[in-house]
Amino acid sequence: MITLSHITAAYRDQTVLHDLSLHVSRGELVALVGPNGAGKSSLLRVITGLLPAQGTVQVAGTNIAQLCPRARARLLSVVPQEIARDIPYSAHDFVLLGRTASLPRFGGPSAQDFEAVQEAMTLTETWSLRQRPLPEMSGGERQRLALAMALAARPEIILLDEPTSHLDLRHRAEMMRLLTRLNREQQVTVLMVVHDLTLASQFFPRLVLLSEGRKLADGTPAEVLKPDVLEAAYACPVSVFPLPEASAICVLPRL
Amino acid sequence: MLTPRQILFWLIPIPFLLAFCLLAGSSGFGLPDTSTPTGHALLELRLGRLITGFVVGAALSCSGCALQAVLRNALAEPYVLGVSSGGSLGAALVIATGLSALTPLALPTGAFLGAAATLLLVCMIANRTIGYTPNTLILTGVVAGSMLSSLLMLLLSFAKTRAVHSITWWLLGSLQTTSWPLIAGVSLLIALSIGALCVEARTLNALLLGHETAHNLGVRTRFAVPCILAAATLAAAAAVAVSGIIGFVGLIVPHALRRLTGANHRTLLPCAAIFGGTFLVLCDTLARTLFAPHEIPVGVVTSLSGGPFFLYLLTRKGNLPLT
Repeated sequence: MITLSHITAAYRDQTVLHDLSLHVSRGELVALVGPNGAGKSSLLRVITGLLPAQGTVQVAGTNIAQLCPRARARLLSVVPQEIARDIPYSAHDFVLLGRTASLPRFGGPSAQDFEAVQEAMTLTETWSLRQRPLPEMSGGERQRLALAMALAARPEIILLDEPTSHLDLRHRAEMMRLLTRLNREQQVTVLMVVHDLTLASQFFPRLVLLSEGRKLADGTPAEVLKPDVLEAAYACPVSVFPLPEASAICVLPRL
Repeated sequence: MLTPRQILFWLIPIPFLLAFCLLAGSSGFGLPDTSTPTGHALLELRLGRLITGFVVGAALSCSGCALQAVLRNALAEPYVLGVSSGGSLGAALVIATGLSALTPLALPTGAFLGAAATLLLVCMIANRTIGYTPNTLILTGVVAGSMLSSLLMLLLSFAKTRAVHSITWWLLGSLQTTSWPLIAGVSLLIALSIGALCVEARTLNALLLGHETAHNLGVRTRFAVPCILAAATLAAAAAVAVSGIIGFVGLIVPHALRRLTGANHRTLLPCAAIFGGTFLVLCDTLARTLFAPHEIPVGVVTSLSGGPFFLYLLTRKGNLPLT
């Protein structure tokens, strides 16, 4: 579904991704993990075509540079790290923007668009907030709406950039369960940047560990979350111990 | 926020207001006697001012709406990219060199060319740095505007007294236009610019979320952003060419209308054109009649009526969000 071959990308003179290759199959659930500045968000930008890169990026078999923006947006939705506070829309209108690529240039939204919005807002438990203006919402509510906006496009692929940072425990678990369900039932491919390694091990069958723009490890949580691998990536001593009752691996920094 | 039906209700008094403005004049209220050459000329003069006021108000308001969305800045207004300074310098050069005496079209042409050249320069510089990011554009516009203003001051310091007087009057802003071809040309340019902005209304809605999110929503930002900037600034440049610098309309009208109609540009832009145009015509009527027969610059009325409203918004919310 997503194939990156020998990707090298840079912001001006600073190279952020070095000869990186990655393949994500249709219906996979993959977590991108790694320290700050490892190139995780940049990798998502390369996949969406926002950050030009050397090498090839293929999404659903087509080179991303050859996909028209509207076709790309219908295929691939992005949940950003943060939604600005001063966006002057009601929650409903904000989620409706997720349908931008499906709307005709001059006509208004159709019944199908409103149906997609209601479905996405119901899934993310935000339907009751639909009339409220975005500036009056908490960070967690805005983050759930960002996911609703991405889901409203009914995409085949969802890229998420650390979307659980503002969520409490319940909504974090809800978001992860929802993504897992969409992945299982609708074969939606999910590639998500995650900082919480324990959460990543709990919900993702595959983890890709990046460090300094390079792929350091790629495999199951048990294969990636090893003390020596993590210490090399994070430059920090860590303790790793399994949590069988939560089907997770707990990773803590050693003080 | 108003429903579409309520917005239509608010549109009903506008033709009456415009008719009132047409009838009001420094010589009294009422339709001039068109059977006499003086009455005919008076009516033509008022009609010209009304049309100019409406198109200039529409241009500044729509330009302000679009620039506030693209630059994601509540303080953005039509002159933020330096077009007012460029237009002023262009007009001042035409006046100082005596070209304005040759043809009535020289002054607006000079102002328009100055404004358009400034836009081109700002976009080229912004694109050579890190692209059309809001901060880069605003900073480039502010720096370009300051430099052009300094050049204008330099020109004023060397200009003859009569030219200084003419330039100062032009800078104060006026809707007094006697050339119908000029009004027609400027109206056409402004209509095309507003039309282009309306076509991009959905893009503007997405751009309010930031350029990266707009890109992810399927907007061709690298193409759409320069096009919107060009359309918004050309509308402002055309307005500057015909009326000089009229402040506050492009800042206040978008803020006031967003509160009434919401931030959806498919509704906001047409409303900005109609209400912004009417607002400037009303201000001009006040400027003409308040101290008749003495006429005060229309920019004074827009600033004195817009300023308190702007301060009210500031004190009410603590800042000026794009709501």
